[in-house]
Amino acid sequence: MSLSTRESTSELEKVVPAQAAPVMPPPPPQASVSLPDKPVVTIEPRASWLALNLRELWAHRELLYFLTWRDVKVRYKQAVFGAAWAILQPLFLMVIFTLFYGRLAAIDTGAVPYPLFALAGLVLWTFFSTAVTGSGNSVVNNAHLITKVYFPRMLVPAAAIGACAVDFLLGFLLLVGMAVYYGVPPTPRLLMLPPLFLMTTLFAFGTGMWLSALNVKYRDVRFVLSFAIQLWLFVSSVVVPSSVVPEKWRWLLLFNPMSGYVEGFRAALFGQPFDWQALAAAAAITLSVLIYSAFEFRRMEKSFADVI
Amino acid sequence: MKPMIKVEDLSKQYRIGTRGDASYRTLRDALAGAVADPFRRGRRKKREAGQDLWALDGVSFEVTPGEVLGVIGHNGAGKSTLLKILTRITEPTRGRVELYGRVGSLLEVGTGFHPELSGRENVYLNGAILGMKKVEIERKFDEIVAFAEIEKFLETPVKRYSSGMYTRLAFSVAAHLDPEILLVDEVLAVGDAAFQKKCLAKMGSASREGRTVLFVSHNFEAVKSLCTRCLLLDGGHIIEDGPPEVAIEKAFAKLRAKSGSSFKLHTLRDAPGVPRPASVEVRAADKPPGELVTFEDEVVATLELDAPLMEGHTFAFQVMTTAGTTIFNSFYRDSRENPPLRPGETRRVSARIPARLLPGGVYEAVFAYMLPNAELFWLCRENWFEIRDVKSYRNEGLTVRRTGLISLILPWDAE
Repeated sequence: MSLSTRESTSELEKVVPAQAAPVMPPPPPQASVSLPDKPVVTIEPRASWLALNLRELWAHRELLYFLTWRDVKVRYKQAVFGAAWAILQPLFLMVIFTLFYGRLAAIDTGAVPYPLFALAGLVLWTFFSTAVTGSGNSVVNNAHLITKVYFPRMLVPAAAIGACAVDFLLGFLLLVGMAVYYGVPPTPRLLMLPPLFLMTTLFAFGTGMWLSALNVKYRDVRFVLSFAIQLWLFVSSVVVPSSVVPEKWRWLLLFNPMSGYVEGFRAALFGQPFDWQALAAAAAITLSVLIYSAFEFRRMEKSFADVI
Repeated sequence: MKPMIKVEDLSKQYRIGTRGDASYRTLRDALAGAVADPFRRGRRKKREAGQDLWALDGVSFEVTPGEVLGVIGHNGAGKSTLLKILTRITEPTRGRVELYGRVGSLLEVGTGFHPELSGRENVYLNGAILGMKKVEIERKFDEIVAFAEIEKFLETPVKRYSSGMYTRLAFSVAAHLDPEILLVDEVLAVGDAAFQKKCLAKMGSASREGRTVLFVSHNFEAVKSLCTRCLLLDGGHIIEDGPPEVAIEKAFAKLRAKSGSSFKLHTLRDAPGVPRPASVEVRAADKPPGELVTFEDEVVATLELDAPLMEGHTFAFQVMTTAGTTIFNSFYRDSRENPPLRPGETRRVSARIPARLLPGGVYEAVFAYMLPNAELFWLCRENWFEIRDVKSYRNEGLTVRRTGLISLILPWDAE
């Protein structure tokens, strides 16, 4: 007699209670796995100032690659538009700035024509601003990951920068094309481009990482950030050279690493002398920001999953 | 035997207000607060100290390889906090956990899936997020795809997948992580029957291979049939650690004791003046409250509101199994014979479940407050009640325990 239309035997067993053995799984077999002597993972509350745990970051480098790759892939999925945007954004700004500053205000940019001057600054600046914005919002945007899976949280703001770097490369190609068009000769100073780009990346990462943690706690950081970035552009020697700033105020620019990097970037491109003092100040600030942010991020990440 | 998981004095404290939706503040608030009252910071801390909640409090246990440990307990007992600590999503406030193997979870299958990316790309991305190395994903790739049965759609963005395909692929990636410690949450509540079966089979095979499974569930039936041991949590403490039958029986006793006051409110839409549930009571129609309800009793479920009903609103009622299967819905407007609802006056409604409809077991009564077009304001859930399976006078000769979702007494014919 089958009272049950379901095929499972357990249903039948329940119907005949006389022999009804409880439906139990087979007894656990002897452990076939050999256990390590030391725990693979130990979970403990940690001190708030805890170390950066760089080893763990290194162990998760593949995930950084995959997260970056995801952002790049998604960004360029609609390939034509994605690539076009990376070029159009600095290009439009260049046109506008050329009209207002190059023509109307007739800013003196030395031997370099204003459009090229502006584009060089804008390409690096656009990278920085999109990277800071992207990584500043990354933790909140990836809340679904952070509340569900464990991995070093620092990878999230780091990965957000990767996609911006691809945009930068496209913008840089445009810049190279323009430089060739204007007949700028290559010089050995070009070798400074990679270190300058690296320092800009680190500065963007440091700033973005700190903001991303702050953003979890205070959600209007997002709005303050987009406003602050717009203002920041005008004090970063992108639109006008730092030489326009009166001598007695110029030292203030030392506190803005982006001004140093933008000027350095242009100097490398156009074969002009570097302002080593500005670059040294920028590097010192970058490293301080990076270290401060990393510890601050580690301190705040403990509560991400609880607050986000 | 050496343990696979060793948990010692694990505790987690939440400051009330750091959970739930109003958890983050705005910078504006913080700045305005600092300007308006620079001394508030210090005082705030003092006030909040009194509002701490220990979601887990001194929990210790060990799990040996091959064991399937169930974790049950009502909402807020600490189950999900325990899982969150074991998966390292959140940190404990006190205590220590030692894990002697890789942890994988079927908690959140499909975490990190990106709708724009293809099936192939998502396998890599999801695998990496879950902690697999690239070479490992490459090695298991064909197996993952075959298990999910999506070979033909590998290059299609997953946003075009059916929900079945999506779930299969997500589950397949998670299942191929092959962790030594497998954590399973309420996955059984989602997904279709075939998917649930796959989950259960995976858990079974994992434990036979000497892996350790931690199964957190509301589904007492599944816990009973799968687990070798069960923890019952209550208020952040372990109040039972033993055979599943014992823990479940104790959990039922807890549920009965709490019935009426321990419902869980799910607010889906808010509008000013909408009344909230004050209490829910489920009892036998002809017996005093608190008495055992049997199969032979008519059951009355009563919802009491904290404010009168609003114009144009109505009610629905539903009974579900502990496994989350809906047995039936009933709407107040189903019948014109129901007394008319009086907005501004009605504060209490009762639904009557006929006797001999539900077989013995534990059920969840759900009340919904809604518009007639079934737009819900809230659901009042987790009103657990138990029906005892007693021998029916109609089948005295047979000592049969009824199975199935309903237990109708049918008229038969014989010729």
